[in-house]
Parts: sequence; C-alpha cells; structure tokens
Amino acid sequence: MARYIVRRLIWAFLMLIAVSGVVFILFYVFPSADPAQLRAGRQANEDQIQAIRESLGLDKSVLEQFWIYIKGVFTPLDLPGTDAHGPLYFGHSYQSNADVKDVIFSDLPATVLLVVGAVIVWMAVAIPTGIISAIRQRSLLDRSTMVTTLVFISAPVFWLGLVALYLFAQDVGIFPIFPGIGSYAEADSFLSKCASMILPWLVLAAATAAIYARYLRSQMIDVMQEDYIRTARAKGLPEKRVIGKHVLRSAITPIVTLLGLDVAVLLAGNAILTETVFNIPGVGAETFNAIKRSDLPMIQGITLFGAFFIVTLNLVVDVVYAYLDPRVRYE
Amino acid sequence: MSSAPLLEIEDLKVHFTTDEGVVKAVDGLSLEVREGEMLGIVGESGSGKSVANMTILGLTRASNADITGRITFEGEDLLEMDDETLQRIRGNGISMIFQDPLSALHPFFKIGSQLVEAIQIHQDLDDGAARAHAIDLLERVGIPDAERRMGEYPHEFSGGMRQRVMIAMALTNDPKLLIADEPTTALDVTTQAQILRLIERLRKELGMAVIMITHDLGVIAEVADRVMVMYAGEVVEAGTLDQIFYDPQHPYTWGLLGSLTRVDQPRLARLAQIAGQPPSLINPPSGCHFRNRCPHEFAKCTEHPRLEQRAEGGGHSDRCWLPPDRKQELRVVSTGEIGLEAKEPAA
Repeated sequence: MARYIVRRLIWAFLMLIAVSGVVFILFYVFPSADPAQLRAGRQANEDQIQAIRESLGLDKSVLEQFWIYIKGVFTPLDLPGTDAHGPLYFGHSYQSNADVKDVIFSDLPATVLLVVGAVIVWMAVAIPTGIISAIRQRSLLDRSTMVTTLVFISAPVFWLGLVALYLFAQDVGIFPIFPGIGSYAEADSFLSKCASMILPWLVLAAATAAIYARYLRSQMIDVMQEDYIRTARAKGLPEKRVIGKHVLRSAITPIVTLLGLDVAVLLAGNAILTETVFNIPGVGAETFNAIKRSDLPMIQGITLFGAFFIVTLNLVVDVVYAYLDPRVRYE
Repeated sequence: MSSAPLLEIEDLKVHFTTDEGVVKAVDGLSLEVREGEMLGIVGESGSGKSVANMTILGLTRASNADITGRITFEGEDLLEMDDETLQRIRGNGISMIFQDPLSALHPFFKIGSQLVEAIQIHQDLDDGAARAHAIDLLERVGIPDAERRMGEYPHEFSGGMRQRVMIAMALTNDPKLLIADEPTTALDVTTQAQILRLIERLRKELGMAVIMITHDLGVIAEVADRVMVMYAGEVVEAGTLDQIFYDPQHPYTWGLLGSLTRVDQPRLARLAQIAGQPPSLINPPSGCHFRNRCPHEFAKCTEHPRLEQRAEGGGHSDRCWLPPDRKQELRVVSTGEIGLEAKEPAA
C-alpha cells in the first residue's frame, strides 16, 4: 500500500507538471491578447509596453519562459528579474498587482466554508432520502421524492440562487429569514459567516443532494437484490439491521468515490455560479473576475490549484476505497 | 416415523403479480419433513423449488407476492407470523444455505464478524464466547487454521471453503431443519462430493432434517430418504429414493434420470436432453403442464392430473395420466435415449 501511494504521488506530481505545460501553452504561446498590453493598461505607449514585456520575460524564448514558469511554481529557486521566488509563484495579477498565490489563499477560506457546508447539507439530505426511497420503492413517497429531485437537478444554480434570494433573503426576500447577497463580506464572526452561507449552502447542495439521493436509491435497490442480503435475512437479522448495516455498507461505497471527486471539483472553483450569485469572495468568484478581465496569471494559478485538488482528492479517494472494499488491493 | 412432522406444507401457492401477468411460481405444493430426514427436491430452473423453500422462511414476502396455504413448523404456522416473530426462527430453528457461496457472503465483512453476528442474534453470548463458538464451528465444518481465517474476507476463501463457512453459519444455532438450495452447483465435482459428505455427516451428528434442493438427481442419489420432482410450480412425482430411481412414473422424471451422465454406460457423443423450454409460469399449458414437451401426450392430458398414488408401492404418487403398465413399457429405452423420444401414441 505504501509503495502504491508513493508511486501515485510521483504520478500526481508529473501530472501537475503536465497540466502546467498545457496551461502555459494555452496562455502564453497562444494568448488571447498580448500579456504585456494587458498588463500595461489602456493608455500605455510602445516603450512602456516593451519595458513590461522585458520585465515579464516575454522577450525570452518560449522554452526559457516555460522553465522560469516551472521554476516559480515548483521550486524555491530565484527567478531572474524579480525578487519573488517559488514555490507556488504564478506571477502577479495584471489587475491588482497582488501575488496570485496570496489572492488564492485569501479566497480559499470562503470557498472551503461554502463547499464543506454544502457537502454536509447534501449528504444529510441525500442519505436518508435515498434510503427511504429505496425501501419504500414505488410508493407515493418514493415517487414524489424522485420527481422533486428531478426538479432540483434540472434547475440551474443561478436561477435557483436568485429564487432563493427573492424568497428568503433578509434584504429583498418575501420571507426575510436568512442573510442575503454580500452578507459574507460583512460577517465578522465565524457564526455570522456560517449564517451568511445558509442560502448558498442550500442552493449549492440542492442539485447534488438530488443526484446523490437518486444514486443512493438505485445503489440500495441493486444491493437489496444481492444474495448476501438474502443471507443476512435468512440469518434472522432484523430488517433495520439488514438495511442499516448490510445494504448501506455496500451501497454507500461508490458514493464515497463520487463525493471525493465532487468536492475536488468544487474546491477547484466550480462553485463559480453560486459564489457569483451570492457575491461570495471565493475561488469561483475570483475565476469569474479573472476571466472577465483576461487576468492570465490569475487564471493560470487557479487552474493549477484546481488540478492540484483534483489530483490529490483522486488519490485520497482511491486509498479510501481500498479500505472500504477489502477486495481492492493495490500492488 | 409416526410422530408429527417437523415441517408440514399444505397447498402452498406463491404468486407474483408482474407487469406481464401473474407468475405462479409455486402452485399448490404440499410436503412433509420429519425430524432427521433428508428430503430431496429436484427440478430445473424455474420449477419453483427455490421460491417454495425461500417462502418457508418468509424470504419471498413482497408487496407483489400473494402467498396462501399453510406452512407449519413445530406446530406454528410460519405464514401467519409477523416478520419479527419469523426472524426468531430464521437462522435458528431453520437455516438455509445457498447456491453461490461467494455472492451469499457479504464481501465487505470478515468471515468472523459474519459468524459472530449470526450467533449473537439468537444467543446471548458476549464477544469472546461467540468468537470461540464461531471458531469451533469452522473447525467442525473442516476449515483448517480456523482462528486465523476468522479475520479473512470471503474473497480470500476458495469456493468449497466458502460453502463450508456458509454451512458453519447455518449451524450456529443448532437448527432443526437445514434448507440447502443447490449447495454444490457452483462447485467443482470433487468439492461437490466433499460438501455433500459434510452435510450428510452433520445431519447424522446433529440429528437435523435437511431439504436438499437440486436440479441434479446425482446429488441426492446417495443421501435422500424421499424425493420430490417439481415442474412448473407443482410436484409431478414424489416417492422414496428407490421408487424415484428404479420405478419412475412421470415422463419428466425419466428425462431427468436419462440426462444423468453415467459411468457404467458407453460415452455418448451427446448428452441426452429434454427437448423444449420450461413452460411460462404466467400461462402454463392447460391440463398437464408437461404435455407440450412430452412425446407421449394423449387426449386425457388436457385435463389437469392430480398428484395421487397411481403406481404400486406405498407413498409413491405422480401426475401422469398414462396407465402404469404403459409407463413401464415406454420408459425402457436404449442407451442414449431418455424415454422422451417420440414413439407411437398411446391408445
């Protein structure tokens, strides 16, 4: 197992370098605009742009630029023409001139709070819903639950977010119960931050909870057909124990895999719509702004961070899976 | 033999409502099992033998299942029982083992914990005592190094060893009746023999009754006291082992006997088989359910035959309209035939 993890870590590292290469080619070799021009602003003249081009190292060869880039991201070596150094040096934002790494780290807490809360909400809703639907298969309760989940899966997040605000936000809502847009930025304690997250949590969790509930339901129904569930019943186990221990143990395992990847994707900035609608200063909102303003270093940094989360959580999922399913053994 | 039977099934019907229609999986089954006796139930897939036996333990209860009749075990009607009461009998008075021991054991729990769980549902034992009992059971069913193997998962056992674990699990609470549903089908031939011998030995040691369900007459040839042949949800022939093997009355039984491979006969290019498919359980043929596969069909066969004594010899009943002497004539076949070849129609 240890050898497997070490090998996977090496692969993960190589994967990140490969992603860096792709990102670099996308943003530097085929740039959508001249980075120097973007950096210089609207009123710059040729000389200023040239000076910036040199300070960004854009006059060097592509390979040399890539080497500097990799050095900045992965190593603590000095970088030419700047006193900044890595690791995790992605350059400075064209917009705010802030170090990209610092911006991402300052955005992360909001995103982590949003994602962790949403995960708790969606698992807390999905697991009981899935179980009840599975054991009451084809009942009225099951059918109405499954129709409701379909509604939430189909509803776009930006629409659901606006509806939630319209109904429940303290400033504009018909039932002003929960803090609304921008309340996260004003919150000063952890509790008030959590309160400001209630609507975003619900909105972000809605679709995923619905998907998980349906998935768990179908997993449970499959598992309930298994011979070993018949054995559990034939042993004389009470039905509650059969469902709660034997069925759930098997049905939940693939859910864990799904969960790991979904969390990774959300941390990587995929909560972009929720964060934008509720004006939460997280990684997703930062991505939105960076793309809007062609802030290349910012986009690069976020992309690589995202790749990091995905690669890491993938590894975590695989390792956890081996513990959940004893038949899986990594050599 | 004169005492009341341990298990008595009277006119059991198990019908499932499906989108295609009502599946009559078991249609009027009656049987008795006495203490310590081994009853063989033989039939092909879909004959209702497994459904009937799962119904004994209430494992076929479902919203679309219509179960009628009576199943009496030690004087109590199992069909009348609610689930909670029935759970006290499952794995306790009556145990069951299944066809595929790999899929019948939970892949995510260690053998030891699955055994201990089975013990602790029915017996008030602490973990240590239950564990000791589990190890003892594993040794009794012939699993070497039992203590270490308690900590292993089902996939780390071979097929035969898994079936031994299943048997150990079934024996945890000294059942009066063991239902073995094709316990050797998923195993290779030498392992089959070992498992059968193990069940036979344990039956004698523990004095428990066994219902041995199989599609293979060879499996019960040595060990069963009585045999019932099932076809399309009903028993078509019932009798002692000798009656079924040496004086079979129903053409379907001839087919089953004829399709056995036998070492005392020359090897054939092809195994003989019963032509056609088992009938639909939604719309079985009217009259005798076997008549569309039977070359000896005649006018009377459109009438549904009752299971009754037709041949000589006590306790031997069947559902075939052919006169007994005609049966004796037809079932004499040459090597490679199974008694179901077309011959001139009966008078």
